Amino acid sequence: MVKTPIYMDNNSTTRTDPRVVEAMMPYFTERFGNAASRSHPFGWEAEAAVEEAREQVAGLIGASAKEVIVTSGATEGNNLAIKGVAAMYKKKGNHVVTQVTEHKAVLDTCKRLERDGVQVTYLPVDKYGQVHPDQVRGALTDKTVLVSIMAANNEIGTLQPVAAIGKLCKEKGVLFHTDAVQAAGKIPLDVEAMGIDLLSLSAHKMYGPKGVGALYVRKKDPRVRLEPQIDGGGHERGMRSGTLPVPLIVGLGAACELARRLLPEESAKTFALRERLRTSIMDRLPESYLNGHPTERLPGNANISFAYVEGEGLMMGIKDVAVSSGSACTSASLEPSYVLRALGVGDELAHSSIRFGIGRFNTEAEVDYVADLVVREVSRLREMSPLFEMVQQGIDIKKIEWAAH
Amino acid sequence: MPYSDKILEHYNNPRNVGSFDAKSLDVGTGLVGAPECGDVMKLQIRVNPETGVIEDARFKTFGCGSAIASSSLATEWLKGKSVDEALGIKNTQIVEELALPPVKVHCSVLAEDAIKAAVKNYQEKQEAAEPAAGEPVGAGA
Repeated sequence: MVKTPIYMDNNSTTRTDPRVVEAMMPYFTERFGNAASRSHPFGWEAEAAVEEAREQVAGLIGASAKEVIVTSGATEGNNLAIKGVAAMYKKKGNHVVTQVTEHKAVLDTCKRLERDGVQVTYLPVDKYGQVHPDQVRGALTDKTVLVSIMAANNEIGTLQPVAAIGKLCKEKGVLFHTDAVQAAGKIPLDVEAMGIDLLSLSAHKMYGPKGVGALYVRKKDPRVRLEPQIDGGGHERGMRSGTLPVPLIVGLGAACELARRLLPEESAKTFALRERLRTSIMDRLPESYLNGHPTERLPGNANISFAYVEGEGLMMGIKDVAVSSGSACTSASLEPSYVLRALGVGDELAHSSIRFGIGRFNTEAEVDYVADLVVREVSRLREMSPLFEMVQQGIDIKKIEWAAH
Repeated sequence: MPYSDKILEHYNNPRNVGSFDAKSLDVGTGLVGAPECGDVMKLQIRVNPETGVIEDARFKTFGCGSAIASSSLATEWLKGKSVDEALGIKNTQIVEELALPPVKVHCSVLAEDAIKAAVKNYQEKQEAAEPAAGEPVGAGA
């Protein structure tokens, strides 16, 4: 028997790897120094730990340690990258290009810039959630200072053509930022090969601690400059002041180092588990649909809609399994996931979606347990569903005049 | 989100799931909600035409656990009531009984609408005189 509850929501956060925790521990106790203290060994020791962590972060994405700015997480990284570029390069131009399925940390940052007079283009996506590099090319103007396109989507796992977008941004001399919070440690990333100028990541999405992340800021070809969003003691090359949280940074570094070492094996394993789950569920349940791209997606992500069954209702039925839903029922608004809507998934199927996020610590036994449970509960709820009954009777539910409420 | 034991109990052991023949003269059917809003309830009553008492009730619901529990509870409460008494069931009673959180109050509103629609459908059928059986009242009309 598997132990419940089962955690299968690894796109939301991940368990801190015990090896990461072990690396962090001494920096809470005997090695507690301030990395900015230049005058005594406590500070030197802390600084050395931070510099090693910087190397480890850089190693995961093909950067150099000096290009790594420590942040509190990807939300801060995205804010700093987008607002920092917009402010620093405002004499050059006032136009930013992004796309509609970005995380709110990017979209809401862009919305704030719009209130400050910056023009933002939000590119639409295709039915798999991808933007085409030609769309980006077509959106660029002589006023464009930044393109911000995520590496992988948090809800549907779709990968964006980052390398192609990076290449065309280079040709056009426009800076390219990518929110890689979901991709980092899950798929290979290389800022040189992919033409990335700024990249946000977060430790807690890759088995590190919450509250720390990094922003990669290119140092040459071109040297990217940012207007700081937090002023103070001039830490992090003046781009992000604030005393460095050394234990968290050590954890970030250890998580990146582990992810880099384990990536080939781990991505193959999570992909195999994801496919086992997906086929086991979808082969047994008619009218279940995979949202996002069939192949260009994160190895551990499966986002599936189950027609005629509401997502939150289903989650109650599988309450021993931690997953999430694109249904709006958990929020006060009745709007389902904006990501699924952007793909053209109808509202009723968006309400019926469940996101499974498989990670490092999931097992085959857990996957089999979850698949069986989902099949059983979806079948039970369909028997209880008036929509399923109508379809069985040959009624076209799209032709009924439903009263919105 | 915290769910009360009563919601979970109805969700796990829903009462009176199923359907009556909507064409039958002694059956009233209410169908409310909309798939794109994430909840649809079908609630049916079978009324004794002699006494006007609801002798049986059935439901089918597409929705969250609170929507399923609200409709399950409604069918329990309907049995044994006259159609007039049924119209007296208020959503606030459902909220109280199931301890629905504020974001789930709309589920109880939907259940009340479903009861009203079912009763209306039954009454319209009766008024439409003997042989003809009307169609169910659709979508909270």
